[in-house]
Amino acid sequence: MIGIEHYLVVSSILFVMGMLGIFLNRKNIIIILMAIELILLAVNLNLVAFSAFLGDMTGQIFAMFVLTVAAGEAAIGLAILVIYFRQRGTIAVDDVNRMKG
Amino acid sequence: MQIFAFYLFASIVIASAAFCIFARNPVHSVLWLILAFFNAAGLMLLVGAEFIAALLVIVYVGAVAVLFLFVVMMLDIDFAELRAGFMKNLPLGLVLALILAAEFVIFGALSWSSEGMGEATAVVGPPAGGPSNIEALGTLLYTKYVFLFEAAGMILLVAMVGAIVLTNRKRGGVRIQNIRDQVNRRPEDATHNTQPEVGKGVEL
Repeated sequence: MIGIEHYLVVSSILFVMGMLGIFLNRKNIIIILMAIELILLAVNLNLVAFSAFLGDMTGQIFAMFVLTVAAGEAAIGLAILVIYFRQRGTIAVDDVNRMKG
Repeated sequence: MQIFAFYLFASIVIASAAFCIFARNPVHSVLWLILAFFNAAGLMLLVGAEFIAALLVIVYVGAVAVLFLFVVMMLDIDFAELRAGFMKNLPLGLVLALILAAEFVIFGALSWSSEGMGEATAVVGPPAGGPSNIEALGTLLYTKYVFLFEAAGMILLVAMVGAIVLTNRKRGGVRIQNIRDQVNRRPEDATHNTQPEVGKGVEL
């Protein structure tokens, strides 16, 4: 029978995959954004699994809010990417130093 | 049957996540991401979270992944240059990821067991007796969490306005409609009446 621990293992591996994606593709901000989406997917899977096994719907409500924020984040992030590319002609993360931060 | 479906979905989710971050071509990356989302929706369906599963397919596959695909294809980016350093980081990254995954699995995931918890409503479809998943979710969302729900709507509005404001630009050298000039134009400015005599012609 499938228990909560199965779901937790899957979402842990998915989370680590997302972190590995950020670590490996350090220069490509598009892949970094996709890896963030993977991490948020792992979080959602966790919330839904706990919600189902504890019999409490609140987890699914919060999964919806995470989904909302993820969609807004992707839209804003890609908009910033587009205007950055329009100005500089590159999206390499290392070259993002205009604000001298 | 359920166990078979779980292992199928779980293995495809993990494999497509791996292909997503290791793919050479970002377009392939986006497509693997879509596959991962579909199978994660299947995993959520298995524990009875039908609405979240549908939402995942609609929002992620229908909107976010298409947005990614659009941006990847629209920008003319040299992706080979961006992959420099990938192989250099690979061994350390894999070691760190393995350590992190082992910690998560051993100390996080496996310390839970479903002994004391109830069974998930494992079958697809409404559980016997109670309200269906979407009904329960809606009841909770529009009563207890209604302010959070409206705040989420506000976040989406701000994101939409922000994205439009950021990417909108004035271009030089294009002829656009000037509504003020059009509205201010009167018949007296544009036309004049003449009464030409026969055979004399009209002075324009």
